[in-house]
Amino acid sequence: MMTSMFVWAAVGGAFIGLSASLLMLSHGKVAGISGMIGGLLNPKTTDRSYRAWFLAGLVLVGLGFSLVRPQMLASTSSTPLGLIAAAGLLVGFGTSLGNGCTSGHGVCGISRLSTRSLIATSAFLVTGALTVFVARHLTGGGQ
Amino acid sequence: MKPAVAALAAGSLFGVGLAVSGMTLPAKVVGFLDVTGHWDPTLAFVMAGAIAVHFVLFRLVLRRRAPIFDSHFHVPTRRDIDLRLVGGAALFGIGWGLAGQCPGPALTNLATGAPSAFLFVATMAAGMVIQRELDRVRAPRRDTAPAS
Repeated sequence: MMTSMFVWAAVGGAFIGLSASLLMLSHGKVAGISGMIGGLLNPKTTDRSYRAWFLAGLVLVGLGFSLVRPQMLASTSSTPLGLIAAAGLLVGFGTSLGNGCTSGHGVCGISRLSTRSLIATSAFLVTGALTVFVARHLTGGGQ
Repeated sequence: MKPAVAALAAGSLFGVGLAVSGMTLPAKVVGFLDVTGHWDPTLAFVMAGAIAVHFVLFRLVLRRRAPIFDSHFHVPTRRDIDLRLVGGAALFGIGWGLAGQCPGPALTNLATGAPSAFLFVATMAAGMVIQRELDRVRAPRRDTAPAS
């Protein structure tokens, strides 16, 4: 059902918005996932606790879903492992350089009407779409 | 409510949102980015739902003098648009399009135990460390601690 897919997408989005609001209310922090991971990987970071607990929540919920509704997670991948590794490096390097990802720029930043986040989000949507275009329609392979 | 419980609850809410909305499925993400093919617009509703809720609640929360467990709010104040911002986001988008995964869903997918999920998170972490170290080498005295 197409309609229910849209509804679930919006409901899931609302949960994400609630999560970001709760973290702002409790810790006064932006729910930017790449920033939280990058901070934990930096020995100079002092505020480690909220990052670790937030990320633990992400993984624990994944464990819950893998037991009850495994089809909602990606347990297999049709993408070659070399491509996954390249993608991982690009995502890590890019989010660190650009100070954010889909959550920090796409959700939190746009909700604040931040121009930086609006520009970053436009940039990663455009290059993401271009990459899929090249991978799917020009080289005819991939996903 | 202890700080750890609040952060864990927020992270769990985020994870539920990702799974319920389909963000954890790379095929769906790639379908959303495939604007010239069989475009699947559902994931635009994830962003719309998240922004609609956070747009309102963020403003209500900021009416407080301070968050519950801190003396002040840590809201980013930078306004400069530079090559790092645009270039970094552009590189991120390429990786996002290649694998159909961004950092949050990648962590939630670790729970499947799939080798591809671990490989993605490991290389993503490596990319972050490489970027930070390059910065450190180029500007040794600069403070590289994250702002948020």
